[in-house]
Amino acid sequence: VASTYSIIGQPVPARVDGTGKVTGVTRYADDLFLPRMLYSKLLRSPHPHARILSIDTSKAAALPSVFAVITGADLPQPYSIMPVNQDEHALAIDKVRYVGDPVAAVAAVDEATAEAALHHIEVAYEPLRSLMSIADALAYPEERIHDYNRVGNVHRVVALEFGNVDEGFHEAEYIREDTFFFQGNTHLPMEQHAAVAQYTPDGALTLWSATQTPHYVHRALATVLGLPASRVRVIATPVGGGFGGKSDMFAHEFCAAKLSMLTGRPVKICLTREEVFYAHRGRHPVLMWVRTGVKRNGAITALHFKTFVDGGGYSSYGVASVLYTGALQTVTYKIPHYRFEGLRVFTNKPPCGPKRGHGTPQPRFALEVHLDKIAAALGLTPVQIRRPHLVTPFSMTVNHLRITSCGLGDCIDAVVQRSEFLDKVGGLPFGHGIGLACSAYLSGAGLPIYYNDMPHAGVTLQLDRSGAVCVFCGAIDIGQGSDSVLVFIVAEELGLDPRDVRLVTADTALTPVDLGSYASRVTFMAGNAAITAARKLRAQLLEVAAEALQVTVERLGMAHGRVYVTDEPAISMPFVEVARRAEARFGTLSASGSYTPPPLAGKYRGHGVGPSPAYSYTAAVVQVEVDPDTGWITVPKVWIGHDIGKAINPYLVQGQVEGSVYMAIGEALMEEQVFRKGVHKIPSLLEYKSPTFLEMPEVDTVLIESLDPEGPYGAKEAGQGPLLPVLPALANAVYDALGVRIDEIPITPDKVLKALELRDRGQEPRVGPRGVPAFSFPALRQVERPEEWLQVVPDPGTRRP
Amino acid sequence: MAYFGTLTLQADVPYSLPLHLLWRVKERGMKHVFQLHLNGEVVEVLAPVHKTLLEVLREDLQLTGTKHGCELGECGTCTVLLDGMPALACLLLPIEVQGQEILTIEGLAIGSTLHELQNTFSELGAAQCGYCTPGILLTAMALLRTNPMPDRQQIKEALAGNLCRCTGYVKILEAVELAAQRC
Repeated sequence: VASTYSIIGQPVPARVDGTGKVTGVTRYADDLFLPRMLYSKLLRSPHPHARILSIDTSKAAALPSVFAVITGADLPQPYSIMPVNQDEHALAIDKVRYVGDPVAAVAAVDEATAEAALHHIEVAYEPLRSLMSIADALAYPEERIHDYNRVGNVHRVVALEFGNVDEGFHEAEYIREDTFFFQGNTHLPMEQHAAVAQYTPDGALTLWSATQTPHYVHRALATVLGLPASRVRVIATPVGGGFGGKSDMFAHEFCAAKLSMLTGRPVKICLTREEVFYAHRGRHPVLMWVRTGVKRNGAITALHFKTFVDGGGYSSYGVASVLYTGALQTVTYKIPHYRFEGLRVFTNKPPCGPKRGHGTPQPRFALEVHLDKIAAALGLTPVQIRRPHLVTPFSMTVNHLRITSCGLGDCIDAVVQRSEFLDKVGGLPFGHGIGLACSAYLSGAGLPIYYNDMPHAGVTLQLDRSGAVCVFCGAIDIGQGSDSVLVFIVAEELGLDPRDVRLVTADTALTPVDLGSYASRVTFMAGNAAITAARKLRAQLLEVAAEALQVTVERLGMAHGRVYVTDEPAISMPFVEVARRAEARFGTLSASGSYTPPPLAGKYRGHGVGPSPAYSYTAAVVQVEVDPDTGWITVPKVWIGHDIGKAINPYLVQGQVEGSVYMAIGEALMEEQVFRKGVHKIPSLLEYKSPTFLEMPEVDTVLIESLDPEGPYGAKEAGQGPLLPVLPALANAVYDALGVRIDEIPITPDKVLKALELRDRGQEPRVGPRGVPAFSFPALRQVERPEEWLQVVPDPGTRRP
Repeated sequence: MAYFGTLTLQADVPYSLPLHLLWRVKERGMKHVFQLHLNGEVVEVLAPVHKTLLEVLREDLQLTGTKHGCELGECGTCTVLLDGMPALACLLLPIEVQGQEILTIEGLAIGSTLHELQNTFSELGAAQCGYCTPGILLTAMALLRTNPMPDRQQIKEALAGNLCRCTGYVKILEAVELAAQRC
C-alpha cells in the first residue's frame, strides 16, 4: 500500500534538533551558567556499610568562600521512585549503605573550593559487615541493610503460578534445567549528571536537570523540600544520554535545591565520571534458574523460571525490576503453564535500577540460550524450536498480558533468510559461528508508577496567526528523537512544514505532564496525545476552510502548508489564511490531547508490571569469529529484524535499532559493573570497556511494519527491544563456533579459554553458575489463566489511520 | 593551598562592603593573561595557569559546545582542533597552545552556512543525544582534510578515540561518507 503520508514514514531529515546539536548550541545542564551561581560537591561514604556516629561540618562551613554545608538532618524527608519503598534520603541519616552514598553537601564559590571543603567535614563511622553478593545477603540475614523489609535482606519476593505447571511438565516429552548469570553493567551516558537549582525569595524553586523523568523529580522535590508542588518547577535539559540512568531522582538534585534555598543563590552541581559510576541505577546482576518442558516438536508445555536479583543498597525501581525479570517470558512463544519465583536482595553496592530493557534482558538471555540447548537435545534447528511456536496476534498470555500486533514471524524469516542462517549454522569452520534469538518489549508501561487515573501523556497545541504551531509536551528528548516525533506528527496532521512547528518540552511549569522517557513509552503515548490534539485543531481549521472554499469538510486535505480539495487540488487556500479565519471565528486557537492506556492489568498482586498497550518484537542473528588461542571474540555482522509497528521516521528507528545492537554488544562482550570490597574496580571510561568504532559490527536492519491498531499511525517502540535478542544470539553463536557454552554475561576471553580447557580435559565445556542458592520461596500465588487464553481478542476498534 | 588563603580583616579596608560579604573576599591565586587564536579570532583570557583549555573554553569563554565526559583523556568528547589536528582540551593547558590555531565546534560553520558534515549528521540522525557530536565532527573534519575520500575502515580508525553511546556509530559512518561525497 502506497503511503499517503507526506512526513510520517518518509526519509525526511531525521531530527528537528539536529542543527543545535551539530553546532554546539544545544545547552545541556552543565552548560548553564547563571549570575552569582555557586557550585556544589557531595561528600560520599568511603564505607560500603557503616553507621554514622557523628558528622561535624563546622570547619568546612567556616572556610572562606564556602556558603553552606548540609547533612541528612537538613533533608530528613525520605523518598523513592516507587511509592511502596520510600527508603532513600538525599543525604544519609544514620547509616551508609554503599561506597558513594552521599553524606553531606557543600556550596562554594567554585568547584575546587567545594571539593576542598569536603575534606574538612569530619564524619565518624562505625563500619558494619558489608554484604557484597546475593549469597552474602542471604547468608547473613541478621546483618540488615534496611529494617523496613520483612526478613533479612530480602527486599522483595515474588511467587506466582499461572495455570498448572506440574500438569504442564507431566505433558512434556523432554524437560531441561539450566542456570545462568548476568553480571550487572551501567548506562555510561557520555554526559555526566548535572543540575542547576535556583530558589528565589518569593518561594519559587526552579531546577534544571539532566533527567529522563522531570515529572517524578518534580513530585519528589516538592515532598523532600516541603514546598508546594505548584511552586516547584523542573525543567529537563536536553539529556546527553540516558538509557535509564537518569530516570530516578538523585541526591544531587535535592542537595542543589536545598543549598539554593539556604544561600539565596543559584547552585550548580555536576557529577564527576567516577561519581556517575556510583550513582548507577543500572542493570541488576541476576542469577537465574530455568526449567522447561517441551513436546518433541519444541512446543513448550510448562516453564518454571527463578531469578535472584542483586539490588544494591536501596529499592530504587527494584520492585518493578524483579517483576520484570519474570514478566515478558510469555510474550514471544506460547507458554500454557508458567511459574515465576523472583527475589531481590539488598547488598552494599550502588543501587541498581532500569537500564535499557529494564529487568528483561537477563531472563531473555537465559531463555533464548536455554531454548537452543533444548533444540540441540531434540535435534531441532534454532529456527524450528522458535518459529512454529510464536504467540498468536491479538491473544492473551497465560500471565494476563494482552498481545495486539505481532510481527515476530516476519522478523525471524527476514533475518534467517538474509543471513543464510540455515546454511551456516552448524556448518561454519571451527572458530566461526552464528546464532539466533528473539524477544519482545513494551511500548510503554500500561500502569503508572504511582497509582492514579490521570493521563500518562498530554500535549497542548497553540496556533498563532503567523501560521506557526507550538507544541507543549512534558516529554524529554534523551537522544531517542521524541522532539522530532512530536513535530512530525503535528506537521503531518496539519499539513505543515516541520520547521513551522515549534516545541516547548519537559518543563513542569509550562507543559502538560508526560510521565517521562522510560519504558519506551513516549512515541506511543505522547504520540497518541499529539494526534488527538492535532485532530481537534484540524477540525476547527477545516470547518472554516470548508466554508471559505465552498466544499464539504470531508473533501478537504491538509499538506505542504495548504488546505486543499482532495479531488480537485487546484482549489486550495494557504494554511496561514485558514489559521487567521479560524482565529477570527473561534478566538485564540489551542487544543489539547491526552493519552491513557486501556485497562490492561490482570487481577493479581504484581499485575502492574508487564502490561503494555503494545509489544514490539525483534529477532537477531549474530555472526562471530572466536580465536581459540586467545578467546577473543569478533562480531563481523548482526542481522536484526524489528517489528516497529510503523516507522514514524526510518532514520530515527534505524538509529535506535543500531544503538541497541551496539549496547548489547558492549554488554555481551565487555561491560561489567564490578566491585572489590565495595569499591568499583573500574570507574573510568578507559577501564570500563565499551565498544569503539572498531568493535562495532556491521548491522543489517530490517523494519517490519505490523501496524498496531492502537499505536500512532500503527507505531510501536524502537529504543529498547532490539537490545534484547543480541546477547543470547551472540552466546548461541559462540557455541556454534567452538562447541562451548558460556552461560554468563559478559562473555569474556578468559571464560572462553576456560571452557576450551574444560573441553580438553574431557569435562563439560561450560562456564556458568553451578546452581542457585537454597532459598525457600513463599507459597505460590495461584492465578487462573485468563478466560480468553489463547483466543483472539477483538480488535478494540481504535485503529489509527 | 592558594584557594584557602584566609583573609584577615583590617581596620583600614578602603571600601565599605558589609562585613558578611567582605570576609569572603580572598586571594584567588596568581592568574595569567593568555592570548589564544580561537575560531579565527584572537582572544585574551585571564585564568590560573593550571586551568585546562577545556575549562577555559567552557567557563571563561562560555564556549560550551566543547563537552566533557571524563576530563581524563579517555572519551574524546572534548576534542578540538589544534592547527587542524584533533587534540583533547581536557589534557591541555592554555599556555601550551598559545599561537596555535584552535578550532572548536562553534567555529565549524562559516557564518550561517553549516559544514557539510554538520548537514549530513543532522539529516541522517548521526547525532542522537548530541553530546559526543562536537568532538566527532571535529575529528571527522580533520580526517576529511587530510583524506577527502576515506574508506570505512579509515573512518573507523580515525574516530576510534571518540566514544558514542547512542548511535552504534553506524549513522556516524554513513554521515561522514555522505559528507565526503558532497564535499
